[in-house]
Amino acid sequence: MNGFLAVFKRELKAYFATPVAYVFLVIFLFFAGYMTFKSGFYEARQADMRAFFTNLPILFVFMVPCTAMRLWAEERKNGTIELLLTLPITIPQAVLGKFLAAWAFMGIALVLTFPMPITVAILGSPDMGLIVTGYIGSFLMAGSFLAIGSFFSAVSKNQVIAFILAVVACAVLVYAGMPTTLNYLSTFLPMGLVNSVENMSFMTHFESIQKGVVEFKDVAYFVLLIVGWIGACGIILDERKAS
Amino acid sequence: MINVQNLRRSFGSITAVDGVSFSVEKGQVLGFLGPNGAGKSTAMKMLACFLKPDSGTASICGHDIIKDPVRVRKCLGYLSENAPAYGEMTVGSFLDFICDARGIRGKAREKATDKIVPMCSIDSVYHQPIETLSKGYKRRVGLAQALIHDPEVLILDEPTDGLDPNQKYEVRQLINKMASSKCIIISTHILEEVEAICTRAVIIAKGKILVDSTPKELKSEYNASLDEIFRKITTTRIAGAKKAIVASAGV
Repeated sequence: MNGFLAVFKRELKAYFATPVAYVFLVIFLFFAGYMTFKSGFYEARQADMRAFFTNLPILFVFMVPCTAMRLWAEERKNGTIELLLTLPITIPQAVLGKFLAAWAFMGIALVLTFPMPITVAILGSPDMGLIVTGYIGSFLMAGSFLAIGSFFSAVSKNQVIAFILAVVACAVLVYAGMPTTLNYLSTFLPMGLVNSVENMSFMTHFESIQKGVVEFKDVAYFVLLIVGWIGACGIILDERKAS
Repeated sequence: MINVQNLRRSFGSITAVDGVSFSVEKGQVLGFLGPNGAGKSTAMKMLACFLKPDSGTASICGHDIIKDPVRVRKCLGYLSENAPAYGEMTVGSFLDFICDARGIRGKAREKATDKIVPMCSIDSVYHQPIETLSKGYKRRVGLAQALIHDPEVLILDEPTDGLDPNQKYEVRQLINKMASSKCIIISTHILEEVEAICTRAVIIAKGKILVDSTPKELKSEYNASLDEIFRKITTTRIAGAKKAIVASAGV
């Protein structure tokens, strides 16, 4: 427990000790706002946050791997991994500590979009339940992207490579569920396969949580994804820590 | 307190450590000598439970490095080759992190930092980010990190590398002061250092132990300075081994 808490605390502080956190937050909040207004936040004349949540996955595809790429690649490049893993800290503690710190940081970024729900609440009377589930879905999605990002960060010592691989992996999972992709796939794939592609994508599960229904299968999808990638990250790290 | 049995580790086709066995008792300072690439660092990394050995094992304070790595790390202070530290942290917050990880809290933490900071003479840089420090200070921060929990066993990989003569002297004084109550392994290229602090000298080349003796005995046996002895042993014995291999291949 000591090891986990120590890593978690240090990581979260490290974001704010360098300009990383501030640059990230400013850019993230700017684009989150820009994309929302661009897709007709006011023009829709509806007291909801659909315009905000539907654009979030695309923004996350680029922004989340930015925070995840440094998690392990930086440690390995600087050699600090040798310090970290010769303290009485086990690999699962270190992996979880870093992942949860990054996830908490993404949580902070999401919380800082609070002017949006407040605006909606002032201008109309929105369904607060919908907004809450929207945020839960976004937070789960950020966690899954981070898990993927931390895996690729453990794979490569080079942060740029880690970033690109993570973006591609996240983009595949997002775009696989877009209607255009599915329409295209259905021209030559049997229905069953198209359905399974759809169910493997983020979008299907994200959208159904966003509709206000937090179903077991959707939450399980994200949890399994996180556990799987984080587990793989731990295994890869054990193999490659010293190389 | 350290008991190494037939430790072996290879990277691809290169055997870095090839069946090394030795043991070190409390009060001993063992100097690990050898040319670059001899396998000193690899052996130390295995003892610090960072690398897993391919075969063989070792125990530190009675805990096995393979079966119980976390216990081993708890009673061990380890300074690796380049004294890695998180550059964006200040010295103070870095030591706090180490205390967090080692479970040193409250009063005990205060006591430990109050003792270690002047001991490693890093008081003047306590509030500075580590990345702004000079090499000598960085290494002393690394040393402070390795000593903060007052470990019974210390493994220091080239602790005086990159320090100026005064700093080297200080670090040696520090090691001498602790020598009687701890079990210490240091690796070094600097042979005068071996004479100054080590009670035992182990010369290793190509992953094998060539000599396990004391600096005094070595000198009286070869009747030469340590530098000459080192050169003689590491060059001739390797050449000898090569000859033996060629001869056996010829048959």
